[in-house]
Amino acid sequence: MALLLVLLPLIGSIVLLASRALPARMVASGIALANLLLTGFLLMGFQADGRYNYEVSLPWIPQAGVAFRLGLDGISMLMVLLTNLLAPLIVLSIGTRDYDREGRYYGLVLLMLAALNGVFMALDGLLFYVFYEMALIPIYFICAIWGGENRIRITLKFFLYTFVGSLFMLVALLAVYYQSPSDGVAAHSFAWEALVAAELDARTAGWVMLGFFLAFAVKMPLFPFHTWQPDTYVSAPAGGTMLLSGIMLKMGVYGVIRWMIPLAPEAWHVWAPVFLGLAVFGIVYASLIALKQSDLKRLIAYSSIAHVGLIAAGVLVWNKTGMQGGLLQMLAHGINVVGLFFVADALERRVGSRALFDMGGVARSAPRLAALYFIVTLGAIAVPLTNGFAGEFLLLNGVWKYHYALGAAAGLTIILGAAYMLRAYGLAMFGAAGPYTEATPDADRRELIVLGCIAALVLVLGFFPNWALALTDGSVNRILGAVQL
Amino acid sequence: MDILIALIPFLPLLGAALNGLVGARLPERVVGWLGSGTVLLSFLFSVYLFAHLHGGAEPIRTTLYTFLAVDSFHVDFAFLIDPLSVWMMLIVTGVGFPIHVYSIGYMHGDAGFWRFFAYLNLFIFSMLLLVMGDNLVMLFFGWEGVGLCSYLLIGFWYDNRAYGKAARKAFIMNRIGDLGLLLGLFLIFDIFDSFAYADIFSRLPVLRLDPAVLTIIGLLLFVGAIGKSAQIPLFTWLPDAMAGPTPVSALIHAATMVTAGIYLVARCHPIYSLAPTALEVVAFIGLLTSLVAGLIALCQNDIKKVLAYSTVSQLGLMFVALGMGAYAAAMFHVTTHAFFKALLFLGAGSVIHALGGEQDIRRMGGLRRALPVTYWTFLLATLAISGVPLLSGFFSKDEILANTFAGAGTGWWVLSALGGGLTALYMSRLLFVTFFGNFRGTEEQRAHLHESPRVMTIPLVVLAVLSVAGGLLNLPHLLHVPGAEWLAHFLSPSVGESRPAHLLSAQTEWLLMGAASLLALSAIAWAYWAYAVRQSVPKDEAALSRWERVLAGKFYFDEFYDWVIVRPVERLSQLLHYYADVWAIDGLVNGVGTAVQRIGVEFRRLQNGNIEYYLLGMVVGAVLLFLSLWL
Amino acid sequence: MLDVVKTVPIDYYLWLSCALFCIGVFGVLIRRNALVVLMCVELMLNAVNLLLAAFSTYLSDAQGQILVFFIMVVAAAEAAVGLGILVMIFRNTHTTDIYLLDKLRG
Repeated sequence: MALLLVLLPLIGSIVLLASRALPARMVASGIALANLLLTGFLLMGFQADGRYNYEVSLPWIPQAGVAFRLGLDGISMLMVLLTNLLAPLIVLSIGTRDYDREGRYYGLVLLMLAALNGVFMALDGLLFYVFYEMALIPIYFICAIWGGENRIRITLKFFLYTFVGSLFMLVALLAVYYQSPSDGVAAHSFAWEALVAAELDARTAGWVMLGFFLAFAVKMPLFPFHTWQPDTYVSAPAGGTMLLSGIMLKMGVYGVIRWMIPLAPEAWHVWAPVFLGLAVFGIVYASLIALKQSDLKRLIAYSSIAHVGLIAAGVLVWNKTGMQGGLLQMLAHGINVVGLFFVADALERRVGSRALFDMGGVARSAPRLAALYFIVTLGAIAVPLTNGFAGEFLLLNGVWKYHYALGAAAGLTIILGAAYMLRAYGLAMFGAAGPYTEATPDADRRELIVLGCIAALVLVLGFFPNWALALTDGSVNRILGAVQL
Repeated sequence: MDILIALIPFLPLLGAALNGLVGARLPERVVGWLGSGTVLLSFLFSVYLFAHLHGGAEPIRTTLYTFLAVDSFHVDFAFLIDPLSVWMMLIVTGVGFPIHVYSIGYMHGDAGFWRFFAYLNLFIFSMLLLVMGDNLVMLFFGWEGVGLCSYLLIGFWYDNRAYGKAARKAFIMNRIGDLGLLLGLFLIFDIFDSFAYADIFSRLPVLRLDPAVLTIIGLLLFVGAIGKSAQIPLFTWLPDAMAGPTPVSALIHAATMVTAGIYLVARCHPIYSLAPTALEVVAFIGLLTSLVAGLIALCQNDIKKVLAYSTVSQLGLMFVALGMGAYAAAMFHVTTHAFFKALLFLGAGSVIHALGGEQDIRRMGGLRRALPVTYWTFLLATLAISGVPLLSGFFSKDEILANTFAGAGTGWWVLSALGGGLTALYMSRLLFVTFFGNFRGTEEQRAHLHESPRVMTIPLVVLAVLSVAGGLLNLPHLLHVPGAEWLAHFLSPSVGESRPAHLLSAQTEWLLMGAASLLALSAIAWAYWAYAVRQSVPKDEAALSRWERVLAGKFYFDEFYDWVIVRPVERLSQLLHYYADVWAIDGLVNGVGTAVQRIGVEFRRLQNGNIEYYLLGMVVGAVLLFLSLWL
Repeated sequence: MLDVVKTVPIDYYLWLSCALFCIGVFGVLIRRNALVVLMCVELMLNAVNLLLAAFSTYLSDAQGQILVFFIMVVAAAEAAVGLGILVMIFRNTHTTDIYLLDKLRG
């Protein structure tokens, strides 16, 4: 069952990349929807007690202790849900623009979907690494082919930056691997349990954690490894940006939860203060920069750095409230940021510019778009009873528990977040219509569907966040219990 | 009963949802009465609950569902119906309903009519969550929710960019307070391991906490109250919030939302009672705000701005009462203030409506003949807020002053009474300049002068009756009449029995009452002489003396914040972006790339294709190898 | 015969071979004429041959001399191919200057 989540989009992407005759949009939407249904099906039979559901283990390189092993615990289930919930929306949103060779585009998106599902389900270190890198390939082509100005240079930088980061992870992974106990066939094993069981001395653990951190910090991205991100988000096509910001950056946070800290817990005491300092500083830093951005996409990009900084901080403190908050917030942030970038793209198409000063007065001519954008904005600034609140509340409490001053500093995000988000909203939507926004068309049917779904998710998850917490509760207990700090 | 309780907040939410989704396609009449009707139903249900509690029933707790739970970090979506919350519910829905009805007339013909009612209903929902919540997180839901509705309603006429900015300012200043409140919540959870009022207050005596911790909690919560209730230093958003339609100012920025801070402190009074330092701070900030806002109000010429500063000043007075530990007195003033301040705003709205949007009192005058109902109700409200004996404001203010005298001594009493005197002065100035003398507007406005329609005047009359008779709710005990201090008794299960004024002798109290009344009456008399008899009109800016200019300039708080906070932060934002982010960090990243490229360029020269070079390299390498072996 | 060889100390062979080899190396590095370069390569090979033969004699081990034959065969083959290429180049370009022959340079 779990295998299907990877195989279905993989086959779809191969078909779409190989053939030009197929109705690509239909095939891609169909497969994304099928994956969503499959996820729903998996969710229904899910046992949220912390064990792996639907585990699949196929031999791969038994001599080296590598297996093709997938499984879903609560954390993975949540991430898979996030991925497959957003994928149909992203596929649908791509249809709002005409791209040439769109069959390729959809094929690459499906390939991405396969890799992302793989990353979140992999229970084998090497398999995780393979999927992790595999996700980079389609997004590279998406950004480099359908991106905006300067796309080659920006995408190359993004690719190299994240790739260099992951190489450090590979080294760290191997270092742990050579300390792992035998699985009976090979001398060492890449299985998650074996890697966790590996005993590292303090020095090695420190280097291992640093290696993983570099990979994940670049991916998330955390201050000061974030500079690839605003450029990439701005230059990438909307679908690519949504994939990157909505799902792909969660690979980094997920990696911290599943791999970085469990594999080298000995180094947590040394590194956590540093990493947390970076994360919390990054929140304030990115929020401050977002305050005066005039490019809507860039503003959202910086806001995303701030939000992810908070998620990372909540996870890095390694207590239950923080981690539960982080998981919940990953779901919420994925929904919100996809919504925001969708709106940004919709506005860019209408206004012909991303500059906030070219907009204004859109609320008058496009009230539906304005209302839905507002709901998404509310989610992003974590107003209670929208999806952003519960996660942020738990995250801030988690950080506060680690150190009250850090919690207070991270809390600045609720002030600054409101300031930059509402500034953007006000500049884009309020005021009198400018020359470019005189007769802005309101949201069309496709946009209403996408944004309506997102807005509904914002509110539903806002009123009822607890089911997501219940889903991950057992797994969080298990992973916190398995790791001796 | 549970369903009934749940319906009270969710009916307005339903109204908001319906109006928001399909209101644009419905006729105004349906939208308006849908919005008002849901609030009326909530009001009736609240009355039922009130009767239930008044009959001696125990407070009711209702849990709808678990909102979030991470081990002991547990938040229920739950309601608590006790005297305090029921009383607030009555105020919110009871004042909210007439204001909704009034809005049907006031907003008639506005393109965003349906939107207005959706927001207004959403506000009632949020405010009800705030006061009905059984735990501090529920309160926080409402707390942020009302801030959001305030944002939406201040920026209601969003075509005007300045209104949008005022809305944003209000929201952000509120959020500054909210951060304090949030941290207070975390600290409370650290100590009490629960957010529910019942748990916190029952564990409080057992834990024997260090007063310093309680003081910090009290102050953090108070930071939230400062933001929401517009106290110094976070009060500058409230006058700007007058950009919203006038019913909004009446409902949100006078009667209900801004009193949330009072509610918070009153609700958490067990904590404050054990943290005298925090109470002192509360009282001090309240007094300071009361005086500063009162002074500013003296020199404002916008009818709504005067009322806004008056609200700030009255809220300050309520915080003084809280600071004295007289929680019931503060709640009493919240009640009477809701009546007469809502009435004042609605009256001002009626005036603005009649003048086609004019808000400057220098261009009004002599309106008493054209707008009789508005005039009479406005007059009663002005007398009530000024503390003219036997009207509601007289009793509630006297209660506060008596408690201040008993709790903090003569000096505090004098200053608080001065705040009261200022109120009488600027309010009667407003009244006489607006309604007396000759009309100073344009001929066109004179021709169009008209009393507002019945749908607007009836709410005025209802609120006027309440403003006059509101004092009956809590007559002073020295009158020795049946039902004296009724409200205090009713609220005592929630806010305790603490009333320092009981220590005073009857003689002292009569004396204080007389002195305060005298002050108010003489202020009114002076204003009557100056503005009604001599018919002087507030001067133009150029003619102001230096002190008046400082007052008219609102003590330059806005400018100060602009220079000290807003501009530096914006500058910092740009500096960080250009220098730290693009230049330093990204420069470093790109620098690594460039360095690798440069090195590549340099090394490329070695690969020049001449075999001799390679051979030479090989030979030199071999020689070095041999040498190293040899050595 | 063996004795005659052994009357010369091994050092002498070493030095001679070393000198020949160095002449070859420098020739390859310095000279521009492809023919001379080829000859210098031969010279280096023969320097090695000399050394192999000398050590083989001193150690009374025939393996070294067998290796010499191999090298001579390879050298002859190499010279044949090399000279053939050179002749072709000369016919086409009228030069054997290796500095001018850089058509394949990257």
